[in-house]
Amino acid sequence: MYTTELQKNAQPTAVEDPARVAEFEARIARDEFIEPKDWMPEAYRRTLVRQMSQHAHSEIVGMLPEGNWITRAPSLRRKAVLLAKVQDEGGHGLYIYAAAETLGTSREQMVDALHSGKAKYSTIFNYPTLTWADIGAIGWLVDGAAIMNQVPLQRASYGPYARAMVRICKEESFHQRQGFEIMMGLAAGTAAQKRMAQDALNRWWWPSLMMFGPPDDNSPNSAQSMRWRIKRETNDELRQKFVDVTVPQAEAIGLTIPDPDLTWNEARGAYDFGAIDWDEFYAVVRGEGPTAKERLKARNDAWNEGAWVREAATAHAAKRARKAEAA
Amino acid sequence: MGADRKDIARYAISLGDDSLILGQRLGEWCGHAPTLEIDLFLANIALDLIGQATLLLDYAGTLEGEGRDGDKLAFHRDVLDFTNCLLVEQPNGDFGRTIARQFLFSNFQLLLFQALSNSTDATIAGIARKAAKEVAYHARVASEWMVRLGDGTEESAQRVAEGLDWSWRFVDELFEAPDAKLIEAGVAVDPASFRPAFDAAIDAVLRDACLARPADRRATVGGRRGHHSEHLGHLLSQMQFLQRTYPDARW
Repeated sequence: MYTTELQKNAQPTAVEDPARVAEFEARIARDEFIEPKDWMPEAYRRTLVRQMSQHAHSEIVGMLPEGNWITRAPSLRRKAVLLAKVQDEGGHGLYIYAAAETLGTSREQMVDALHSGKAKYSTIFNYPTLTWADIGAIGWLVDGAAIMNQVPLQRASYGPYARAMVRICKEESFHQRQGFEIMMGLAAGTAAQKRMAQDALNRWWWPSLMMFGPPDDNSPNSAQSMRWRIKRETNDELRQKFVDVTVPQAEAIGLTIPDPDLTWNEARGAYDFGAIDWDEFYAVVRGEGPTAKERLKARNDAWNEGAWVREAATAHAAKRARKAEAA
Repeated sequence: MGADRKDIARYAISLGDDSLILGQRLGEWCGHAPTLEIDLFLANIALDLIGQATLLLDYAGTLEGEGRDGDKLAFHRDVLDFTNCLLVEQPNGDFGRTIARQFLFSNFQLLLFQALSNSTDATIAGIARKAAKEVAYHARVASEWMVRLGDGTEESAQRVAEGLDWSWRFVDELFEAPDAKLIEAGVAVDPASFRPAFDAAIDAVLRDACLARPADRRATVGGRRGHHSEHLGHLLSQMQFLQRTYPDARW
């Protein structure tokens, strides 16, 4: 999941008109879309801003680990595909920021929150991309996990978010396939390539499972988000789906999932898997991931070093407006 | 017709190298641009350039008939065999320098590809026709940014002027004539033929941007003969590292 902080759900601050709340809840229950001008409870609005801005931040920060390999992609085709993919992520960030702005929070406020370290983004992007295989693993596992989470969000109750998600899901599924294709090639390649592929799977597997967020029994506000239909399946349900889909894919290309406890459970019709290191997850959420400092510094540097460009664009637009007025 | 396949291949390589090296440079910006919108258009231009490079270098490989394709040419040549112009290999610097470089190169490349759309070599003509449409967008975006930066704030005007100054010594090289045989055969064009159009286009934008045209200076040349700046070797060592480290692997 691209949002890691949902458990910190906001409590309603003011007393809201019970009739309006009831009408809102009824609309949600009828699976109607809530649109920007509709009345909504403050807590719904705040939770959505948090969820959507975290999602947008994740897209933007997510450009960094993959961007790290654009200049080193091993063929012209791989370079073009990776450029296109990273550009898509930037585009996703843009739509989601725009969709979140309809809730009354400006992009600037959201971006400031990211740069100051106040806002969160997916824990997964705080891990380093060491080899080319990591680009395969990110597409296959990270985008694969993102799709699991985002497909149900195409039916999220907030209209602009749901609609943004429709387009995003189409592109994510291309990303997932390109990642798997990279891994497939490596797994069938030289000994050095196989080693890279297996090592990438070893490093990215557990952080990918953590992307779905804390276990359901430790995710107290999931129920509220589910009732609001801005989350449509629980963390554990989505995680299980991901494992069930991904394990056979790994087997198909001859890679081993790094989990000695992984076994097919006939009775459940699903894989049982080993314990997730939640201490690691919470540490990464706190900003203690291996590349957290690098990621935040890269975003801040880009922003600060680009300040003069944004100022120039604003100044130029103002000059033009003055000229147009004078004419 | 005096031009043989090898001559045409060499020409296609120089065109492809221009696109490849600039595409590589622009790829360095990804995730680090001043705004998300700028990040996206730089990646867009890079993507177009890598696409052009792929078509041109693949074609060169076919003409050579020595079993090299675009990847072999891109990832297994050293500095002396690259024949891109010096302008495209210049480091990005700040956004002002990147945009000045793009502005000069895209305006040149637009006129070049427009002229090459009538090349007697059907493949080069086809690639040029497709690419000219892309490059028209590159030239437009870069020109718009020249104006924004030049006529923005004092700082932006100074930075973009410095970027222009950095690049200016490499402009004349763009207009070096390729192999006379190729021009005679109508495969290549002599860029001198569109130098006046280039100067006019550049001057018009610089006027809008309130920027002075830099003073003429001794041209720095050599790229078309494999004599590059110090920067190209570093760019190649990064771009080619996987292919060089694992020469027997396919990706």
